[in-house]
Amino acid sequence: MAATQVLRSEWTKIRSVASTLWTLSLAAVVTVVLGVLISLLSKNEFDKMSAKDRLSFDPTYISFAGMSLGQLAMIVFGVLVVSNEYSTGMIRTSLSAVPQRGTFLFSKMAVATGLAFLVGLVTSFVAFFLGQAMLGSHKAAIGDPGVLRAVIGGGLYMTLIAVFSMGVATMLRSPMLSLGILMPFFFLISAILGNVSATKKIGQFLPDQAGSKIMQVVTPIDDDVPYGPWGGLGIMVLWVVVAVIGGYVLLKRRDA
Amino acid sequence: MIEVEGLTKRYGEKMAVNQLTFAVRPGIVTGFLGPNGAGKSTTMRMMLGLDRPTAGDVRIDGQHYDRLKDPLTYIGALLDAKAMHGGRSAFNHLLCLAQSNGIPRGRVHEVLDTVGLTAVAKKKAKGFSLGMGQRLGIAGALLGDPRILMFDEPVNGLDPEGIHWIRNLMKSLAAQGRTVFVSSHLMSEMALTADHLVVIGQGRLLADTSMADFIRENSRSYVRIRSPQRELLLDVLHRAGIVVVETGGGTLEVDGHRPEDIGELAAQHRIVLHELSPQQASLEEAFMQLTAESVEYHAHSGAPLGAAPPPLPGDRPGPPTPGPQVPGPQWGDDWKKG
Repeated sequence: MAATQVLRSEWTKIRSVASTLWTLSLAAVVTVVLGVLISLLSKNEFDKMSAKDRLSFDPTYISFAGMSLGQLAMIVFGVLVVSNEYSTGMIRTSLSAVPQRGTFLFSKMAVATGLAFLVGLVTSFVAFFLGQAMLGSHKAAIGDPGVLRAVIGGGLYMTLIAVFSMGVATMLRSPMLSLGILMPFFFLISAILGNVSATKKIGQFLPDQAGSKIMQVVTPIDDDVPYGPWGGLGIMVLWVVVAVIGGYVLLKRRDA
Repeated sequence: MIEVEGLTKRYGEKMAVNQLTFAVRPGIVTGFLGPNGAGKSTTMRMMLGLDRPTAGDVRIDGQHYDRLKDPLTYIGALLDAKAMHGGRSAFNHLLCLAQSNGIPRGRVHEVLDTVGLTAVAKKKAKGFSLGMGQRLGIAGALLGDPRILMFDEPVNGLDPEGIHWIRNLMKSLAAQGRTVFVSSHLMSEMALTADHLVVIGQGRLLADTSMADFIRENSRSYVRIRSPQRELLLDVLHRAGIVVVETGGGTLEVDGHRPEDIGELAAQHRIVLHELSPQQASLEEAFMQLTAESVEYHAHSGAPLGAAPPPLPGDRPGPPTPGPQVPGPQWGDDWKKG
């Protein structure tokens, strides 16, 4: 079984369903539009800010504010790519054609990850440039220290969110169950844990909070996060690796 | 050639498939018969490497399924007509399968043409009727031009035209020298298509025989008699050395004698007959009897006392049985002795 055959097959699968287009374009549009709006609001608020807040002002990070909502569409993309196979029964046809389950899963993930990275990177750059245009005199330039890293990091962050969702969906199989766990987790629970002082230390190590550190250029003044941008992304990668391995092990062992 | 050896699948306490051993040979249609829940689909899924056997082995042309390079070119299967993404067009569904096994794109057009779906190739599968979905599934099975084909209940829910088409397709595939393995819970359907029969019940192998042998062994013909002078008739038949079985409702049954002979014998002794009719037990009954027995055996060997009684043939799902209505247990007991 040549892996290139399976990659080509998975590419046909992913491009031939409508959900791919919808979820990815929603992720891009929501991230960019919300980022533009928040950048505009931040510019108008800047003069009213305290001196401390002004020192922590991070124009790059602000232009990525839309990602907190846009990532939800990325989650849906990642979940559907995998769980569509189960909810439709296609999985039995797919595994009859490609009985090597590792080849099947990793080809599917490779294609979906590549696509998510492409969309994530473009989204990140567009969100950055449009966001900076809104920030006027407070804007950052792509050549400033750490900014290019943050913008590419934004693309990586969106990609890793999608891959994490694929891993979870492979374990859980059901799209409703996967979304029912991932959506509230990333939209609510993570934010709550990160903002309540008692649980803040734990919240810092959740995949989205650790991973989003890569998009920060200006470190907040009273920041006590024990890792840097790449350290944070590394923590997120660990989460993703665990989810993917978990999915692989279960797929390998389970009856289809 | 498919070789199944000691194949066993257990779900918790329940044995879905129990020590199955049989072979499916090329050039003929092999029917895989059993009542609903007998383990047919589980067996087929294990053949395709989808479910892992608890014990035992399946080999496709001598190899394990996951060892096959481009498996669709060895064995094509239709397990479930709905096992596809409804949002994908028929063409793209087949294209992604073809690409995964290195099958050229042109072959997709060929199989679409074979199953008559060329006109709707660009349409999404979710708009398809059951029959069209079935045809698309069969197109997928034919895609790799495999030597072995496997169909799980292919005629379920099809209209008469679709059923006719599938029957002819299976026969022509076998005539080309391919191995065709098709499951059904309807004996009548198998009688029309299969050359060989593998019958299972409760996950156990009940018969592995040619269709012709099965018919010869299991289609019992007998004569049914009713008479107001029942005692006298019994006496006469007994003296003539004819074995009579008394069934319910005052009817008598005689095996192995022509109705003419019995009629003449009765006339000689001036016995009035109300009925004298030749009867033929249908294959459907023979099949039900065979599988009912397996259920009975299972209940006696494993179930605690007071468990549900073994189902009678009449309790089984399926179409009304053609042929005579014979009281189940008595007739069956006699048949089993014979």
